[in-house]
Amino acid sequence: MAVWVVKEQSNDAFTKQNAGFDAVLGARSAKLQLVLNAIFHLEASPGNLPWADFQEIAANPAVKLVLPIAVGDNYYGYRLVGTSTNLFAVEHTPGRKYRLAQGEPFMPGYMEAVLGSFAAQQLKLKIGDKFHPYHGLNFDEKQKHEEQYVVTGILEPSNTPADRVIWIPLEGIQNMKGHDPAAANDISAALVKLKSSAAGRGLELMYNKQGNRLTFAWPIAQIVSDLLGKIAWFDRILALVAWLVAVVATGSVLASIYNSMNERRRDIAILRALGARAHTIFCAVVLECAAIAALGMVAAFAMYLAITTVAAGVIRAETGVVIEPLAWQPVFAVVPVTIIGLSALAGIIPAAKAYRTNVAENLLPVS
Amino acid sequence: MSLLEIRQLKKAYAAPEGGTHVVVDVPEFSLAAQAQVALSGESGSGKTTFLNLIAGILTPDTGSIKFNGQELAGLTEPARDRVRATSIGYIFQTFNLLQGYTALENVLLGMSFGPGADRGFAKLLLKRVGLEAKLDHLPRQLSTGQQQRVAVARALANRPKLVLADEPTGNLDHANAREALTLIREACRENGAALLLVSHDREVLGQFETVQELAKLNRAAK
Repeated sequence: MAVWVVKEQSNDAFTKQNAGFDAVLGARSAKLQLVLNAIFHLEASPGNLPWADFQEIAANPAVKLVLPIAVGDNYYGYRLVGTSTNLFAVEHTPGRKYRLAQGEPFMPGYMEAVLGSFAAQQLKLKIGDKFHPYHGLNFDEKQKHEEQYVVTGILEPSNTPADRVIWIPLEGIQNMKGHDPAAANDISAALVKLKSSAAGRGLELMYNKQGNRLTFAWPIAQIVSDLLGKIAWFDRILALVAWLVAVVATGSVLASIYNSMNERRRDIAILRALGARAHTIFCAVVLECAAIAALGMVAAFAMYLAITTVAAGVIRAETGVVIEPLAWQPVFAVVPVTIIGLSALAGIIPAAKAYRTNVAENLLPVS
Repeated sequence: MSLLEIRQLKKAYAAPEGGTHVVVDVPEFSLAAQAQVALSGESGSGKTTFLNLIAGILTPDTGSIKFNGQELAGLTEPARDRVRATSIGYIFQTFNLLQGYTALENVLLGMSFGPGADRGFAKLLLKRVGLEAKLDHLPRQLSTGQQQRVAVARALANRPKLVLADEPTGNLDHANAREALTLIREACRENGAALLLVSHDREVLGQFETVQELAKLNRAAK
C-alpha cells in the first residue's frame, strides 16, 4: 500500500508540478534536465541563456508571463535562485500566488533574500538575519562568497519546490564575485507561461526544430511523465513483491488456522455438544480468518503511515514536493477489502475441516 | 406421557476387521419427566453412544427416539442441534470446559446457542453450585471438583428438560464425587429437569432409586 501510494502521489505531484509555468527555455540540452533544474531546482544548469533570448521570448505575443532565473550558489545546500519580482505575480497553482508569510519582497539590485518556507525552517533563518552564500549548487565551506545577504521575507508554504529555495534578485547571482563576468548578463533559464497551451507547439517548432542553440521544454507535465514512465518497471516490481507478500501472509494464516483445527477439534466438539450448529462453527472460522486479516491490516496501516511519513519527509526535503500519506486513495479500500476477502475465502478450507469435525469421537473418553 | 421413549434403537460401527460392530441395540426404554434414573454398565458397554444418540449427536441406524413428543431420528442435523441447545443438558466425565473461557463464560456459552445468554441466571447457577467467588476463574485455576460444578451449571443453563450425565464422577475423588452427585441430583430437581446418568461406580448407583443395567437394556452389550 505504501509503495502504491508513494508511487501514485509522487506521479501525481510531479506531473502536476509546474510551479505555474507551461514551459522552460534554456540552453541547448535535454528537456528533462531543463525542467529538473528550472522547475524542481534539481540537477545542474545545462548552460546559460543570453539576455537577448530572454527579451525575445518575453516579447512574443503568445507569452503571457516570463520569469528569468539564474542559479549557481547555495547556502548550506539550499539553492539560491536569482529572479525578478515577477515571482510574486506567478500563480503556482490556480488562484494561488507566491505570497509572503512574513516580511517584504527583495528589492531588485539589493542583497536581499526571500526564503521559501521549508528552507527558512530548515536553516532556522528569520527576518533580518544575514548570511553569506556559497559558490556552487552543492555546499562546500571553502566556497564562501564575500557578499552578505539579509533576509527580508519568508514565503508562505506553497507545497512546491519553491519552498526549498532562497530567492534573491537576479543581479545577485549575475554579479556575485567569482562568477564569470562574461556571463553577467546571462540567465540560467526562462520560465514561460503561455496565453494558450496550443501556442507551445509553435514555439517548440521554432526553438527545437528550426533553431539549434536553445531548447524549449514543453509541455512540462509530459516531460516529467516520460521520466516516470521510464522507471515505472521498478514500482511494478515493488507492487508485485507487495502482492506476493500479501499472498504468502494469507497462506501462512490459512496454514496456521488449518493446522490449529486439529488442536481445536475437542473445543469444536464441545461447542457442537452444547448445541452449536455446524454452519455456526463454519462461519466462526471464516470470520476468525477475516478478523486476523483485519487486525493485520490495522498493523499494516500503522506501518504504512510510518513508511510514507518517512518517505514523504525525504521527498519533500529533496524535491520540495509534498506527499500526503493520509490523502484518500482508492487503494485504502481496495487493499484491505481484497486482503480480508482473500483471507475469508482462504478460511473456507479450515472452516470446512471444522464443519466436518466428528463430535462423538472428539468428546472422548467414551465409556 | 414419557419425556423420552426409545423403540428398537440400533447403532453399529464399521469394524476394523471388516463388517459392522453393533454397539447399541435397545428394544425399549423410557424416562418420565423429572425422573432420575441411573444406568449401570462397564466400559465398552455402549453407554456413551447411547447418550449421544439421545442427545442427537449421533443418528441411529434404525429405531425411534421420541423426546418430548418429537421424533429425533427424523430431524435434520441443525434441528437436532437446536433440540440439544434448548432442551438437553450434557455433563461429561472430563467436564469438557473450554479452557480459554472463565467459569461464567463457559456457562454463558452454553446459553448462547439456545435461548440466549442470561448473565443473571448464569451467575445464579454458579452461586447455586458454590462458585460465586470463582466466576472469573479459568478452568485451570479451579480444582477438578470445581470444574465439574461449572459443568453442572452449564448443563442446566438452558433450563433443559433432560440432563444426560456420562460418568460425571469418574474423574473425582471420593468426597468430591459424593458432593458432585448430590449437587447434580438437587440441581436437576430444583430446575425440573429429568436426569439420566450412566456410571459403573457402585456407590454412585447406590444413591439412585431407579437403576437399570445396561447389559439388560442393550442387547449389544451382552
